[in-house]
Amino acid sequence: MDRPAHIEVSNLSMAYGEFLVQRDLNFAVSKGAVFVIMGGNGCGKTTLMRALIGLQRPAAGTVRYDGEDFWGGSEESRERMKRRLGILFQGGALWSSLTLAENVALPLAEYTGLAPARVAEIVSFKLALVGLAGFEDFYPSELSGGMKKRAGLARAMALDPDILIIDEPSSGLDPLTARRLDDLILELRESLGTTIIVISHDLASILAIGSDSIYLDADSHTMIATGNPRQALACGDPKVRHFLTRGSE
Amino acid sequence: MASAQAAPAVGEAGRKIALRRKGEDGLEVVLAGRWRLDGELPSAAAVATELDAVLRRLTFDAAALEDWDSGLLTFLAGVLEACAGRGIAVDQAGLPEGVRRLLAMAGAVPEQKVPQRAGPAPTLAARVGAATLELIHGAPAMLRFLGEITLSFMRLFAGRARFRARDLWLEVEQVGPRALPIVSVISFLVGLILAYLGADQLKLVGAQIFIADLVAIGMVREVGALMTGIIIAGRTGAAFAAQLGTMQVNEEIDALRTLGLPPVDFLVLPRMLALMLMVPLLTLYSGFVGMAAGLAVSVTIFDISFFEYYNETLRALELKHFWVGLSKGTVYGAMVAFAGCLRGMQCGRSAEAVGEAATSAVVTGILLITIAASVMTIVYYQLDI
Repeated sequence: MDRPAHIEVSNLSMAYGEFLVQRDLNFAVSKGAVFVIMGGNGCGKTTLMRALIGLQRPAAGTVRYDGEDFWGGSEESRERMKRRLGILFQGGALWSSLTLAENVALPLAEYTGLAPARVAEIVSFKLALVGLAGFEDFYPSELSGGMKKRAGLARAMALDPDILIIDEPSSGLDPLTARRLDDLILELRESLGTTIIVISHDLASILAIGSDSIYLDADSHTMIATGNPRQALACGDPKVRHFLTRGSE
Repeated sequence: MASAQAAPAVGEAGRKIALRRKGEDGLEVVLAGRWRLDGELPSAAAVATELDAVLRRLTFDAAALEDWDSGLLTFLAGVLEACAGRGIAVDQAGLPEGVRRLLAMAGAVPEQKVPQRAGPAPTLAARVGAATLELIHGAPAMLRFLGEITLSFMRLFAGRARFRARDLWLEVEQVGPRALPIVSVISFLVGLILAYLGADQLKLVGAQIFIADLVAIGMVREVGALMTGIIIAGRTGAAFAAQLGTMQVNEEIDALRTLGLPPVDFLVLPRMLALMLMVPLLTLYSGFVGMAAGLAVSVTIFDISFFEYYNETLRALELKHFWVGLSKGTVYGAMVAFAGCLRGMQCGRSAEAVGEAATSAVVTGILLITIAASVMTIVYYQLDI
């Protein structure tokens, strides 16, 4: 654990108007970790994600990427930092009027200035990585839920992000497909050294891939640091164990 | 040392790639420096040109490689593909482990087979044919929907239609009172245009007082209903299609069906009733606003006194004109609701389809209004109403 803190969240509070979602969140994510944000429905997992990726300004506190203040800086510095993030939304959030190739190519075309032939090569490679070789000209509506997720992952990886943020990777997928997506995420971490933040309430997935985690508690509106989820299951906070054992402990 | 001399420039002068012969049938690709997308990178074609007939083995030396991302991976994928095409064996042992794993993943046989899809883009003739067929096949769907609505109305009159009265009042508020501002503005301006148009022509025969007749009868009988109908088609018809289309996307309509609640009763009927109630009222309102505009123009520009205009209007307007206007308003309202709900219920299951449904609802609505307007005008003329 002597690796440098890659992402550092301190005293973060999020609220919708008067309604407090979470307060006093403090955690650090080290480089190359698979960091799981877990918690029950409505505890603010997705709100936290929105604060991490620049979609919603937190009520208080800071988010730092490699020491640089995300919300405190200018709009431009935030845009620059956002480019290092790859985000996979829950339903894939593919643009329905674009083909898969166009979906993956859009960030490349907008931000890299690479020649179209080069972009096409990269797009094909990314789609092949997620097992969708040959689906370049398909529209999202022609794909199954699992394929949409994988295509979303290909788009999230388009710019070779340092950090991948994934919202509910296994929601809506059958156990085998979910497992394959987990394997894919782990493989990407192993090969590219990408730091991965996963928002999840899927127990199998949390225990299989998480190297570090926090638990957001809906009642007290704050977090319980839990470390490695497998250790948390063995000897962690009672609330977290209750969650990780589906209420049987 | 000997091999390093064979490729002296690699890594030193910033060159990223060098090719080195290994024996008679071997080639080593030496990679060095930064291989990232933000810099200039060699293309796989540069290696492919070196792959000649005697070559049987390709190896890599990545000892001087500093940093890499997708730029390197796409390059290597291209090289692998070129080698596979020529039957050259590739030994990836010299590559970093992460690179090997990612190449293996990308090269794995995909889980899903790519399904067969339609061939090249259809020709113009084929597209015209398809569009015509769609039009022909669209007619029965329209009739079926009309039939469903008729059945639903019969259930309504029998007191068995299942919808919530609250929905009806919500729709009534949406389409009625909230449309007043836009109906006011447009009716006033159209009334003004009619008055000017009449003034110009009637001046020739010195009968400018008949501006009042023209505006009153024109607005109440025809223009009020037509303008209101078109406004409502754009404002409410599109909204209906978008609402029902989104419900289709979210499977809300399927949920109603599974509960045995006919979507036509539940969703279409309140919207239809709301428009059939509110469009005639808006038409009436539009007529009065138009007449007010005519009055304002006549009094201020054409020197007709308030009472002259008022009396002439009263003389011109008969009750039948109001009935004609109200009946047209009712029919147009029904047309707009029909078009909006039809397109909404037919909507596909994507965000784009919702947009298409809304567009199509407005086009269909205005088309139906225009057809109905022509038919009713001819019929009323023949019946001397």
